Amino acid sequence: MDYQLIAGQLFNAASVASILFLVAVGLSLSFGIMGVINMAHGEILMLGGYMAYLTFHAVGGVPGVLLALAAAFCAAALLGLLLELSLIRRLAARPLDTLLATWGLGLILQQVARSLFGPIGVEVVAPGWLGGTLDLTGRLLAGVSLAHVRLFILALAALVLGGIGVFLAWTPTGLLVRAVNQDRETAQTLGVDARRIDRLVFALGTGVAGLGGAAVALIAPVTPTVGQSYIVYAFMVVILGGLGSLLGTTVAALLVGLFSAGAQIFTSVSTADVLLLVFVIGFIQFRPRGIVWRRSRALED
Amino acid sequence: MGRGEKRLWLALLGLLLAAPLYLSAYHLSLLGRFLALGLAALGIALIWGQGGMLSLGQGVFFGLGGYALAMHLKLVALKPGELPDFMEWTGLASLPWWWAPFRSGVFALGAVLAVPTLAAGVLGRLVFPKRVGGVYFALLTQALALAFSTFLISQQAYTGGFNGLTNFVSVFGLSVQSGGFQLGLYWASLLFLVGCLALARWLLARPFGRILQAIGVSENRLRFLGYDPARYKLVAFALAGGMAGIGGALFTLHAGVISPAMVGVVPSIEMVVWAAVGGRESLIGAVIGALLVNFCKDWISSLFPDLWLYAMGSLFIVVVTVLPRGLAGLSLKPAALASLLARLRRDSAKATAPAAEGRCEPTRAA
Amino acid sequence: MQLNGNGLPLGRRQLGRRGPWLLAAALAAIIASPPQRASAADQTVKVGVLHSLSGTMAISEVMVKNATLLAIDEINASGGVLGRKVAPVIEDGASDPAIFAQKAQKLVQDDKVVTIFGGWTSASRKAMLPVVERFHTLLWYPVQFEGNECSPDIMYSGAQPNQQILPALRWAFERGYKRIFLLGSDYVFPRTANLILKKYIQHDGGIVAGEEYVPLGGTDFSSVVNKIRAAKPQVVFNTLNGDSNVSFFKQVSAAGLPPSKLPVMSFSIAEPEAKAIGANLIAGSYAAWNYFQSLDTPANRRFVKAYQERFGAQDAVDDPMVHGYVDVIEWKEAVEKAQSLDPKKVRRAAVRLAWWKASPMGEVRFARNQSLYQTAYVGELEPDGSFKIIWSSKEPIRPEPYDGLVFPGRTCNPS
Repeated sequence: MDYQLIAGQLFNAASVASILFLVAVGLSLSFGIMGVINMAHGEILMLGGYMAYLTFHAVGGVPGVLLALAAAFCAAALLGLLLELSLIRRLAARPLDTLLATWGLGLILQQVARSLFGPIGVEVVAPGWLGGTLDLTGRLLAGVSLAHVRLFILALAALVLGGIGVFLAWTPTGLLVRAVNQDRETAQTLGVDARRIDRLVFALGTGVAGLGGAAVALIAPVTPTVGQSYIVYAFMVVILGGLGSLLGTTVAALLVGLFSAGAQIFTSVSTADVLLLVFVIGFIQFRPRGIVWRRSRALED
Repeated sequence: MGRGEKRLWLALLGLLLAAPLYLSAYHLSLLGRFLALGLAALGIALIWGQGGMLSLGQGVFFGLGGYALAMHLKLVALKPGELPDFMEWTGLASLPWWWAPFRSGVFALGAVLAVPTLAAGVLGRLVFPKRVGGVYFALLTQALALAFSTFLISQQAYTGGFNGLTNFVSVFGLSVQSGGFQLGLYWASLLFLVGCLALARWLLARPFGRILQAIGVSENRLRFLGYDPARYKLVAFALAGGMAGIGGALFTLHAGVISPAMVGVVPSIEMVVWAAVGGRESLIGAVIGALLVNFCKDWISSLFPDLWLYAMGSLFIVVVTVLPRGLAGLSLKPAALASLLARLRRDSAKATAPAAEGRCEPTRAA
Repeated sequence: MQLNGNGLPLGRRQLGRRGPWLLAAALAAIIASPPQRASAADQTVKVGVLHSLSGTMAISEVMVKNATLLAIDEINASGGVLGRKVAPVIEDGASDPAIFAQKAQKLVQDDKVVTIFGGWTSASRKAMLPVVERFHTLLWYPVQFEGNECSPDIMYSGAQPNQQILPALRWAFERGYKRIFLLGSDYVFPRTANLILKKYIQHDGGIVAGEEYVPLGGTDFSSVVNKIRAAKPQVVFNTLNGDSNVSFFKQVSAAGLPPSKLPVMSFSIAEPEAKAIGANLIAGSYAAWNYFQSLDTPANRRFVKAYQERFGAQDAVDDPMVHGYVDVIEWKEAVEKAQSLDPKKVRRAAVRLAWWKASPMGEVRFARNQSLYQTAYVGELEPDGSFKIIWSSKEPIRPEPYDGLVFPGRTCNPS
């Protein structure tokens, strides 16, 4: 077997995992806290992509990239907040209906994007310093080249992971988030405003999806349906990772990335996709609650 | 069902039976096609409306039924030794072994009933005992729909790929081109639909139905009473899969084509919205929802193609937020409207403790 | 109040008070009064125009619909056909084969059209085929496709494999590109095109460096790029569809293999797609078609001008659009030759028409197998988004629905 091919695929695994992590972490955190899944999450990613496109049009260079990320985050978080206040809250007691309502919202957002930006994808022209490659040297790795833009997305994902980790572990608000995640009623009894935590986490999660959209825009066109191509895999990451666990989501994203990049050494992209979904269904057999789950005596519904 | 209601449905059935007399050939074929889709919606009403299991992958079973019949139709059109056209030009030299039995019409009909039912049963056997339910189950079934359509497309030599299976010549000796066939197909669709509806009603009136409804209310409470919900869920899910399969086979005959475009994520979730519009808890409601939504789709998308997605999206949102019981649950009395509004307000208020429903403890829900 | 699993209040009656009546009324309304079109007994000739106006294919098909309507307008402006005006009935196929079949049936049974212009994907054509064969209506199909089909009730004006793919292979061999990587979206046209290409590459002494398929609409090409890098091809033959092209070109360029280093020959990128992808990204790559907007003939200049005046000065014109336009004009000529609207007479007249010397795409004529004689071109994409024509087959190529090398012994003789 070709070392270069395998080394390249390992890098691709990490790259795919970094994108999936950005899409899935928001889903997973809100799922852990509110028990609902937002099917319009993919369209929030799309919004992030279009924001990046608009910003890049106005500003170039390094400030352009930073501004694009900031704009994508803010717009996505704002839309998330609106969504939480208007739709999710109203349906919070009915998780399955939330699925359907947010799916409907996703359809509408797609059509709005189609009317505004046209059905063809728009393209983000990344600045030159993101366009190059890092060519590795060394006995085994000579000839392996890593695209700067993928390294950039990896770094972004690592930064987000670190940021959320620190936020959850060491800030007072993070403590409240963990409290609500572990036991909502008890936390409320102790005076935690769980509704505020819901809003916060939901906005944060959608904001990160917006970042993911901006990142995706650097390697693929932004189309009205761009969210659809990532969302089902993000759901798989959430299922694999376990309820609302940051660690679980990270591990699951890596696992999915490794699985699909590994399978693609031997088989086509389509077959790898099918195998991945079969793998997830199989995995649920052994760990119905995901990779990382909390022991609890409470009955899950 | 009151006596008035019964008369009403009988009158409607009469209207459907007489449809060939007053509908144009095209509208009759449209109606027949949507009756076939109604079978899929009926299955969803059974598992989701009664048993609380939301499947976003019914397109898989719909497709299995459709493909099983379509394989037979491809084979009967061939002379001995010939291969279906798509196999020939994808480079296959001989018929795959698992295609061969579909030459027999009896086998194919059996497969239409058995394959989707068994597939749903196997999936149910895998997930229900592990207590995979609710949102997890919905997402898994959606992934299954995506995997199934991707698989069909990628195995072009065996499945016809993206084009699917089409160009059928005759069905059980009847030319698909004849007017008699079209009429017979309408009767068959109506017959299967009424039959499945009767079966579902009968089941729901029996202890099985009571238990299924109890699962929909609180699975854990049922477990404490000594029942094993997984078994009941499995049977209901397999039954819904079978109904979707019959619907898929009939639809294939109506449309003259079955392709991955009819089994993937989007068609599967559209089936759910048919049931939701008509009323997920009402079996007849789900069927009528399928007819209504599809006739509207036909009408709107002809006149304003861009508008359809907006309409569909709004339908999803409005139905689940304002009309969770669909048309069937609608009541026009002022008092009922007032209570609907009150419930909406309560929903918002309840949202202050949303986890309550998410983690359904046995003592809650009062 | 008790709640059920759906979060709804429990009640003995699952139906609302008026629910059954509402449902019944809705059902009765549906089945008793389907929307009827006024069947005006006017003197127009009704033709069906059936393309996807919504869904993933709308972007391409709306423009073919426009070109079709342009041709109908021009015919009406010059007196119509057999002295009658042509009235198009436009329907939306919604990018869904089953809807295409349904709408084709509606056009024939309900609107009583005399012929249908439409379709883009092979899936849509395959779905319409049984309908047009059942009612013996003539369908005019304007897009390049994988061949291997021969219905007497379809006129295939789009390129057969031997009119687009094989000329491109000849061009590649003439350039000295022998090591070829085949990349496509996962559907019927790329797989069949590559099956034919593989036979010819092996037959003519080339090497297939690799073959990869990506699901339609796929955006992740990391593994594919990695495999291309490992296979070291001299040229990539690209049958990717739509937006996947943007992702592919972005990712292959980011990995250090822009078109200047790794030539790519595309079969589904025409002027509108090039504009959308961003010409800067793919300048220097190649495309093979039977028409380019840059074709420098008086007939083409007139056609482009007429289209842009009607639909927008910025709009690019591409190969399938011109085929859509040519189809309507050829239909009209055939009707006048046959002095009849009867589909059978029309298609028999169509294959007996003389060469159309000055069509926008050059000399064309329908062969006896109901496909179009047409010239193949290879264009190189310029930084301004136009194609510079760098190679042509010199003369119109005879269409071969069944390739002689790959599918020997099959012929197409509709009568």
